[in-house]
Amino acid sequence: MAQFYSDKVMEHFTNPRNVGEIPDADGIGEIGNAKCGDIMKMYIKVKDGLIDDVKFKTYGCGSAIATSSIATEMIMGKTIEEALQLSNKAVVEALDGLPVNKIHCSVLAEQSIKAAIADYYTRQGIDPTPIVGKLADPHQPICEL
Amino acid sequence: MDRFIYADNAATTRLLPQVLNKMMPYLTEQYGNPSSLYSFGQTARQAVDEARDTVAEYLNCRSDEVFFTSGGSEADNWAIRMAAHAMAKKGKKHIISTAFEHHAVLHTLKALKKQGFEITLLPVYENGIVQIDDLKQAIRPDTALVTVMFANNEIGTIQPISEIGAVCREKGVFFHTDAVQAVGHIPVDFAGLNIDMLSLAAHKFHGPKGVGALIIRKGLRFANLIEGGAQEKGRRAGTENTAGIVGLAEALKLACLDMEKATPPMIAKRDRLISGLLGSVERSRLNGDPIKRLPGNVNISFEGIEGESLLLLLDFKGVCASSGSACTSGSLDPSHVLLSIGLPHAIAHGSLRLSLSQDITDEDIDTLLEVIPPIINRLRDISPLWEKILKNEKYE
Ligand SMILES: Cc1ncc(COP(=O)(O)O)c(C=O)c1O
Ligand code: FES
Repeated sequence: MAQFYSDKVMEHFTNPRNVGEIPDADGIGEIGNAKCGDIMKMYIKVKDGLIDDVKFKTYGCGSAIATSSIATEMIMGKTIEEALQLSNKAVVEALDGLPVNKIHCSVLAEQSIKAAIADYYTRQGIDPTPIVGKLADPHQPICEL
Repeated sequence: MDRFIYADNAATTRLLPQVLNKMMPYLTEQYGNPSSLYSFGQTARQAVDEARDTVAEYLNCRSDEVFFTSGGSEADNWAIRMAAHAMAKKGKKHIISTAFEHHAVLHTLKALKKQGFEITLLPVYENGIVQIDDLKQAIRPDTALVTVMFANNEIGTIQPISEIGAVCREKGVFFHTDAVQAVGHIPVDFAGLNIDMLSLAAHKFHGPKGVGALIIRKGLRFANLIEGGAQEKGRRAGTENTAGIVGLAEALKLACLDMEKATPPMIAKRDRLISGLLGSVERSRLNGDPIKRLPGNVNISFEGIEGESLLLLLDFKGVCASSGSACTSGSLDPSHVLLSIGLPHAIAHGSLRLSLSQDITDEDIDTLLEVIPPIINRLRDISPLWEKILKNEKYE
């Protein structure tokens, strides 16, 4: 059957990994807005500098759901530094590519992880900006990025 | 895949075997050029002429008012451009249309705007229907053309074409209607409705793709679309798509002969689908007027979810449908039609259009009612927007 997305995207879309919430999360990041049709919310649990657990919730298209799913897999068990290195490009590659007009969904995944880590630092009383860098304004429509 | 349910008949329809049978000779043995003098060519000529007569008969226009085109977009472009340019010569450069036309109309108007035309887009309100008083107020001495679609392709709402025709005729303004979604589905009476120009496309009523027509009221002498040979009275030159034209006429005939019998069961299925979905899915709404709508059109928004992921999950279940979400169109905004009826972006993103045909059975409706609600719930379960909605948080 001909399809719009790669098998990998479809696989993650159909069986998303790490879906849900972490009630006692150490950091929560939310990016996107309803107006654009995409919101991603990441929950992380940090232990000894490692991403001990990560869960997500996504409102958006198939590729938004697939990118958030694979992104959680890619940072699970990694150090915070490694998680911060995760680029949207790496996410796209891991999914065997995305249609051009869907690349912004992968930006959402990258940004929501960074936002969750920034939230983690903030909760620790550490200014996240020098570590995490500048994040997309959560109120700025991500679809226009 | 359990089943295949094609519920996207507003996008295109299945070519009926009877239609294909009528077309086949002109794709095979009867390949003559209708413009050739010998009898082999004249057989094709006769087929085209008969097709023209059939169209005239079922749409209540004259045969010499029928001009075959490559489809709906071409007919729309031609009608609007030629009327606009003809009237511009008389100093009339104002065109009235609606906010929720098909892009074949809207983008043509946009191009004309760049050339100095002034465009007024009438509002269509929450029910998706133009109000005649708005039209009356919008018409000015320099109004060249009114173009209002017969029925909307996304929300299926049927416009007051008879009143619009009467107002335009009275004020001496040309009236074009994009009837691409209406022809073959609801009665369309060209002469009786005071229409000057009407666009149609065969593939929307079980005919072949790539063929349509523009009906142009006799006496309107506007510019030719394509210069060349004498086909279509020289107004749209090019060797005729004989098989396509024959197919268009046959499909139109079958659709019109069948309409009276086919419509009530179709409406019953449509309404069962609508009430079933609204009843089983909380925070859902019907888009467009519940009664003044095409017999096969269902358009519902489900809050908290996004249309593309819904379509993908439906595809797994063998259901073909469409959505007005931005993510499906690849643009930043959701469908202009849904925005035109005042839907907030977030609600427009969660829209689902199911457009029925006679192929859809009562069991198919049962299946749809069974399959859709769990998919909505599954998407809502993972949606942070749904979470906000449940907590009554502001989100847009
Ligand atoms: C209302 C309306 N107008 C115009 C068109 C364009 O028709 P076609 O695809 O035959 O060019 C369509 C079909 O997509 C339509 O629904
Ligand atoms: S969420 Fe809109 S295109 Fe991916």
